[in-house]
Amino acid sequence: MPVLDELKAQIARRLPELDMVIGWGHGYDSLHRTPLFIENEADIDKLVFDPLCVHNLATYLTRHGNAKKIGVVVKGCDSRSVVELLQEKLVSRDNVVIFGLPCEGVADLGKVKRALTDLGLDIGRVRETATGGGKLTLTVSGKEVVLPMSEVMADKCGRCRYHNAVLHDEFAGTPVEGQAKDAYADVASFESQTLEERMEFWREQMERCVRCYACRNACPLCVCRDYCIAQSRDPGWVSQRDGLEEKFFFQMIHAMHLAGRCTECGECERACPVDIPLLLLKRKLGKEIKDLFDYSAGTELEIKPPLLAFKVEEDNINERGW
Amino acid sequence: MDKEMRIVGFLCNWCSYGGADTAGVGRFLQPTDLRIIRLPCSGRIDPLFVLKTLIGGADGVLVSGCHPRDCHYSEGNYYARRRLEVLKRFLPVIGIDQGRFEYTWVSASEGQRWQHVVTTFTNQIHALGPIQRIGKDAQARACAFGRTLEVDIPA
Repeated sequence: MPVLDELKAQIARRLPELDMVIGWGHGYDSLHRTPLFIENEADIDKLVFDPLCVHNLATYLTRHGNAKKIGVVVKGCDSRSVVELLQEKLVSRDNVVIFGLPCEGVADLGKVKRALTDLGLDIGRVRETATGGGKLTLTVSGKEVVLPMSEVMADKCGRCRYHNAVLHDEFAGTPVEGQAKDAYADVASFESQTLEERMEFWREQMERCVRCYACRNACPLCVCRDYCIAQSRDPGWVSQRDGLEEKFFFQMIHAMHLAGRCTECGECERACPVDIPLLLLKRKLGKEIKDLFDYSAGTELEIKPPLLAFKVEEDNINERGW
Repeated sequence: MDKEMRIVGFLCNWCSYGGADTAGVGRFLQPTDLRIIRLPCSGRIDPLFVLKTLIGGADGVLVSGCHPRDCHYSEGNYYARRRLEVLKRFLPVIGIDQGRFEYTWVSASEGQRWQHVVTTFTNQIHALGPIQRIGKDAQARACAFGRTLEVDIPA
């Protein structure tokens, strides 16, 4: 049975005990998917699952209070966010049903857009989209374009270590084998630049920032919502000015508040309307947390996140002797 | 020594602030670049305090608390140690030298150690020079960008 049919059957079976199931549905055009909130059986047919289902639906788990019992459809990376939310007790295990899926990688629409632009085509004119066989087949302005998935796949998928949901109540399809190695080569290559070059890089990137907070809103672990310190007047961490300091400092807030929690799902970067490589900041923190505490967020339910705990004698922290 | 630089110190009330006081009472000669902010505990220090200070233009930030096992609140400095170590390792990615931020432990009786810490850290910052700021030349850059869009910008 195809994965989608299996998933639909599982949701149909579990829906009566749930207030809502969050999955993916068709978006405003054939290239886009959009979160789908299933509340009755009729909606189940609108469900979609393919490499265009990019959203991390765990983001919506914390938006409905603690009283509702919610089902969530997750890929491997998304499931880590759910696990991290459970680890931090931001979501109760009794109130969430996880529909796990195997995933071989999702498309990066930014890459699709650039590939089409190189061919002189406009991503807005995509009329039909088909996926499968490791290809993305698009009909644009009457022409058929075939893009290999390996070229338009999101960067995070190339280094994916968790193709299958790490925690699930139901699992549709057969697990994907294999586990890529992630040696944080991107962070290392960025850090081969001088400090001045790095600062200049961020200067150029942050100049484009419009402070829309899409990065924060898409983040599954940013759960403060209306109480985000970036928008509070007292304490006034960030002013209303649109200077680079303010824009950059907001990213510092986001990064530091995710230290040891971030599962590197890349939603911040994907949601960014001006393509600022925000994941780099979080990857750097992820790398250091891995080195210091041998911890990867959202992989084991019972472990306490490292910054919420301590050891009297730390294993890897050199006491700063002077 | 060359021109005074801007160094901010976050000190815990019980040990390091006392240590700095001891150094003062003992009339130990210290560089004057450091501005001290007193906090109840090193566990009170949000890594964002340090980042805000550095992005705001301070040339260096020093954090000091009670020695491990000596925290007035038993475990505040253990949490601080983890957070501050993560922060220290984070700094290079945003183009700030790791040496601009240090954390250490000084007890209330260690006046001489405090003198040593302040002197060493101040020398370190002087060696690094003024901090580079992300907002530098922001207006000039915006105008240059505007010109590429052929928008009229009043001089």
